[in-house]
Amino acid sequence: MALPLIALRNVGKSFDNGRTFAVQGVSLDIPAGQCVALVGASGSGKTTTLKMINRLIAPSAGEVRLDDQPTSGLAAPQLRRQIGYVFQGIGLFPHMTVGENIAVTPRLLGWSGPDIAARIDELLDLVALPRATAARAPSALSGGQQQRIGLARALAARPRLMLMDEPFGALDPVTRQELGDAFIGLHRRLGLTTVMVTHDVQEAVLLADRIVVMKAGRIAADGAPRDLLAGHSDPDVAALMATPRIQAERVAARMAGA
Amino acid sequence: MAGQLSAAFRLLPNTLGQHVILSLFALLLGVALSLPLAVVAARHPKVRWPILALASLIQTIPGLALLALFYPLLLALAALTHLKIPALGFLPSLLALTLYSIMPILRNTVAGLTGVDAAVLEAADGVGMTASQKLWRVQAPLAAPVVMAGVRTAAVWTIGAATLSTPVGQTSLGDYIFSGLQTENWIYVLFGCAAAAVLALVTDQLLGLIETGLARRDRRRLWTGAILLLAGSLLAIAPVLAKPHARYVIGAKNFSEQFILAEAMGERLRATGAVVETRQGLGSAVIFRALQAGDIDAYVDYSGTIWTNVLGRRDAPERKAMLAALATTLKAKYGVVLLGPLGFENAYALAMTSQRAQALGVASIADLAVKAPGLTLGSDLEFLSRPEWSALRTAYGLNFKASKSYSPTFMYRALSGGEADVISAFSSDGRIAQDRLTVLTDPKGAIPAYDAVLLISPKRAGDRSFQDALRPLIGAIGVEAMRAANLSVDRDHDKMTPAQAARTLR
Repeated sequence: MALPLIALRNVGKSFDNGRTFAVQGVSLDIPAGQCVALVGASGSGKTTTLKMINRLIAPSAGEVRLDDQPTSGLAAPQLRRQIGYVFQGIGLFPHMTVGENIAVTPRLLGWSGPDIAARIDELLDLVALPRATAARAPSALSGGQQQRIGLARALAARPRLMLMDEPFGALDPVTRQELGDAFIGLHRRLGLTTVMVTHDVQEAVLLADRIVVMKAGRIAADGAPRDLLAGHSDPDVAALMATPRIQAERVAARMAGA
Repeated sequence: MAGQLSAAFRLLPNTLGQHVILSLFALLLGVALSLPLAVVAARHPKVRWPILALASLIQTIPGLALLALFYPLLLALAALTHLKIPALGFLPSLLALTLYSIMPILRNTVAGLTGVDAAVLEAADGVGMTASQKLWRVQAPLAAPVVMAGVRTAAVWTIGAATLSTPVGQTSLGDYIFSGLQTENWIYVLFGCAAAAVLALVTDQLLGLIETGLARRDRRRLWTGAILLLAGSLLAIAPVLAKPHARYVIGAKNFSEQFILAEAMGERLRATGAVVETRQGLGSAVIFRALQAGDIDAYVDYSGTIWTNVLGRRDAPERKAMLAALATTLKAKYGVVLLGPLGFENAYALAMTSQRAQALGVASIADLAVKAPGLTLGSDLEFLSRPEWSALRTAYGLNFKASKSYSPTFMYRALSGGEADVISAFSSDGRIAQDRLTVLTDPKGAIPAYDAVLLISPKRAGDRSFQDALRPLIGAIGVEAMRAANLSVDRDHDKMTPAQAARTLR
């Protein structure tokens, strides 16, 4: 098997000097091109696991390897410039235009002016916003448009790996679905590798190639959506994975006039 | 009134310029100190509380006290380091005002930096900014309007508090206020207040332009504010920079007679072509130290004051003997030259309204001692802490029902208004005759002689032309002339400026 793009080796995180662990013994190999969804209840450690990949949270134990190199060999800002990061808070810089927001990481990497300008146009095309949006203030955009810019900003320096923390969580259902579909299209088109945290199992089932279920800081299940939907020996995993099907059945019953 | 106003306006280029220089440098220094402190405080919650608490503590010290505290502090520092650190004037004022400006800038900057949206900070980390890139590219621009609001508050406070630098020997718009209060020249007081208020308001509005320019990301507004502010400052400072540097500095304490005598000395020196500056409103203890240190070149003090306060003597020798002893001791101990007596005495004297004195049957301090337990003493701000008072109290067994302290002008008001029964008057004061006051005799000779004497700093001890210019004043001013001159400045109508009054002494 080809080397995984990203590999977690027995990774753990304690926020209280080792008395308790929010994440413990997590090992995960993610090959290039895969879209992995991390799901689980609140506090199961999925966001902590995600943030340890780009060291927004420093691991207390274990090792994260990118391209078979330990990420600890790089300064955190250098590491993060190679990885796209999108999160629920969006966090566009309010004092910069949309274009300046998109250009942040290329600028940090020292790209030339013309390269950056061309990249801004390219990315606005990619996230399906008019090029004129570049001159506008983030506050002038709708929530969905803002997250499209968040996505464009994360993609700006052509990362191979995308980390997404509840990326569409704050959006209305229609925008959410639209943006989810748009992203998975980009993921395939650009050959990205994506790790996405979501509490919405349905979203995970619809977008991801692989679902990792976390429970109390550990991996409870790891498999293709179809396999996990078929049932699992862990009752919590089984219950969680059953929710999309139960919802679909209820919706169907309503439509039948029940 | 028109004369007073035009006199006030003539002084304005210098007072305003000095005021602006002082406020500007204090504010710049305050910003330079506060910003790094605020960054540290914003990053480390553990040190945030102590830093903010210290800044608030400084703010609770009254402005005048903070300014005054820097005088002994700098004196001690100069003695400790053997460096020539000026303890009066610009330096102490600058340091005190800088401290004063820190709190609003510090507090707003911390609030601005910590108030940046957590999602924006997470994004800054997520895109790969280093800590300093995050500070300069994200936190600083987002906090800028809040920081600027703090700078605005600090600017208004600093400009207001800078008026208090006059008593530590720094020329400011406070010169009008302090000399106006002493001579009851309300036009001067109002002029000083109005000038400081206008300066503060204009500065506030221009900084406000910069603030809203930052908040709305409106560059034109920002630059308009910045350029007007810079141009205004340069315009205000220009007359001070253009003015030749003062060659001689004459000191004055904080009452009319001192202002008049300083003007009289200044006039003599200017007649020789010298450039002269006066530092007025200095306290009794401060002024002798200032002379000794060479911060001022000459001033008039009173023999009894020097005898008891500076030399610490408790005895009261006869006038001529005291003058001779003073001249030799001051020269030997401090290098200070006693050029000679001016020809009048300004002694502390206990005075009452003549009606009250007659009604109580009091003519001497000995008579007063009997009635004192039922009476209230009104004194100037220093009298009760001076050795003369303890000498007087011991000699006669004086024990008043109550005592109140006033600035000299208000002390006379208190006596005529009945708030005080007896006051510590000054024998050369024009108001003694004007208010028909009875000066109580001192049969035990407990109050030493207070001949006005002209003192020269050690720095000017060998300056012949300087001393020759001042020598004509020696023995030339009688007590009647001095009283008349004092009255012309202190009275309510047809008030003269100290400079005008000084000309009547010729």
